[in-house]
Amino acid sequence: MSHSESNWQTGLLEQLKNRNIPVETSAVSAMPLWKIAAEHWRGAAELAERQSARWVSGWAEQRTGQYELNTVFARSRGYLLLRTTVPEGKAELPSQATVYPAANRSERHTQDMFGIHFLEHPDNRPWLRHKAWKKHQYPLRKDFPLAGEPEKVTAPDMDYQFVKGRGAGVYEIPVGPVHAGIIEPGHFRFQAVGETVLNLEERLGYVHKGIEKNAEGRTAEQLARLAGRVSGDSTVAHAWAACQAMEQAAGMTITPHAAFIRGILTERERIANHMGDIGAICNDVGFAFAQMQFTRLRELWLRNNKQFFAHRLLMDCIVPGGVSCSLTDEACKTLQQELQALKKELGEILPALDLNSSLEDRLLTAGWLSEETAAAFSAVGYVGRASGQDVDARRDAPCPPYDRLNFKVALENQGDVASRLWVRVQEIFASIKLLAQMLEQLPEGETKTAWQTPAADSEGIGIIEGWRGEIVTFVRFTENNQIARFYPRDPSVVNWPTLEKIVMNNIVPDFPVCNKSVNGSYSGHDL
Amino acid sequence: MLRLFVKTLKTGVVTERFKKPKDSELEQLGIEVKRHIDRCFSGSLAIREVDAGSCNGCELEIHALNNPFYDVERFGIHFVASPRHADVLLVTGPVSRHMQTALLRTYEATPNPKWVIAAGDCAACGGEFGVSYASCGAVANVIPVDVVIPGCPPSPEMLLKGLLGMMR
Repeated sequence: MSHSESNWQTGLLEQLKNRNIPVETSAVSAMPLWKIAAEHWRGAAELAERQSARWVSGWAEQRTGQYELNTVFARSRGYLLLRTTVPEGKAELPSQATVYPAANRSERHTQDMFGIHFLEHPDNRPWLRHKAWKKHQYPLRKDFPLAGEPEKVTAPDMDYQFVKGRGAGVYEIPVGPVHAGIIEPGHFRFQAVGETVLNLEERLGYVHKGIEKNAEGRTAEQLARLAGRVSGDSTVAHAWAACQAMEQAAGMTITPHAAFIRGILTERERIANHMGDIGAICNDVGFAFAQMQFTRLRELWLRNNKQFFAHRLLMDCIVPGGVSCSLTDEACKTLQQELQALKKELGEILPALDLNSSLEDRLLTAGWLSEETAAAFSAVGYVGRASGQDVDARRDAPCPPYDRLNFKVALENQGDVASRLWVRVQEIFASIKLLAQMLEQLPEGETKTAWQTPAADSEGIGIIEGWRGEIVTFVRFTENNQIARFYPRDPSVVNWPTLEKIVMNNIVPDFPVCNKSVNGSYSGHDL
Repeated sequence: MLRLFVKTLKTGVVTERFKKPKDSELEQLGIEVKRHIDRCFSGSLAIREVDAGSCNGCELEIHALNNPFYDVERFGIHFVASPRHADVLLVTGPVSRHMQTALLRTYEATPNPKWVIAAGDCAACGGEFGVSYASCGAVANVIPVDVVIPGCPPSPEMLLKGLLGMMR
């Protein structure tokens, strides 16, 4: 992975020195790693923010006698890992959430799972913690067993302090965790006047199933399976990010053939999900034609997945060291024809969407996200790219095969539901182009390289552009090929908070279409 | 508007014929064919889907039941918004402990007679997540289960077989 264009990092390093903040520099694979003292944790974030760096991800890890805290920043092609440690006896450090709103929930996640206290955090309510583990228990500490000490029936969390609206005519609408449709569980609390939303608060964590804890002690292969189930619709991208991180830790490279197959799988996953979303967004405003056409195209697409890759959603196709499937020349030809057929279908369906005035009426200007808000929350994927955030890991952290392929990153700044829909459309066409190149140039070679046991304590960071956006996955091994720490940062982690801003001043009945236009993963967020 | 009609006519009917599942296939799904179900449901089945902690993979395939190829409504099967309108709870996922009470309340809100289908490997046995501080594992650990449809995720065909099996 190349991390060039890192001039901002030179500037940042100088400013840190000017502020007398000592920095110990090293690297995790190609990513620069800077270690600083905990007391400068916020100061460093302030300087990074001045360099217009984006907050990417944050996580903690328990090492012997201390906690290690990590933040990844990025600007353009330069990713940077900032690290500090706090002793177990005094687990506290300054919060970065006052500088980066994007860090807010991530720090609350760390607080709930490790019991690390973030000083001057703007919102110290629990986040993932409901009632499944007791006060003063922290599941990701090493002395907390995976089995925990659960009650026979876990009580619902009634203590969460939602923001209340006051004044004449203000009323509250609680929704969830069990929703009316076939979707994942989560709670939404609206404050409304008439039909207008004054405020929305999300309360997530309902599908927390202990993925991070469950990962500990797994082998590389077992972790790839688990990563493929972090979020079922992003199974390929999550499995790839985890495998990339593990391969980095093991110091191994995969064959070009395997890299191309991974690319093909990822772009197929992107097209399948975008088609589903475009249909569903139109359906949320009552335009059934698009829903029927796009679910039909999606079904045909998934059936080809089954035929050529043995799984409709492409689960478990990516394994440590390579892939578990391959394509014959004939299959490549058939898939090329499939691309032509899809283009033709889209050529017939999309004008019917584009020229439909009732669709336009509902989608244009609905659910607006400004560029400033998108930047403050580090929005990624189609949510970010519809609001001017030019971020795409396929271009910014290019691993094979993307370093050899040509494509254009879709970018708009209109920021409404319509824009998020049309960015998806553009991304389908970009993926078709990428698939055509990969099927054309698919190199010969082995599908899998033999797994090498990584050295004890070795770590890796995988960065993959899933269909929802950039996924950043951290992995560390113990000795014996076992996982010590796994933290996948799903794009939903940074995109969920934008939904609260998106629905502001919209009418309550437009919430479903606004929500669908973001389509955050509950499972990928709750872990 | 003309484009819309042209495309609709050109696409035609893609809905596929679906054979009633055989007894041997039903046994595979662990379904005891209950004669009285027929009388209770009279050829119509109202389903409340509950994601109790799934990775969302099962939901994608349950959604596919509504696409024009499977068109599940032609069999009288429809998804409803409230458990109070439901005959059947279709539950996915290992039951996360944070969803345990919500699932129990949804079960209580469903009027009798009611049946529970556990769809997917996680709902069947806990799958990749098992039982832990955060997960109760299989749906049967929380509420009584009548039918289990395995798969990670179960294909729309498997789901349809399971649902039609209940209605025979």
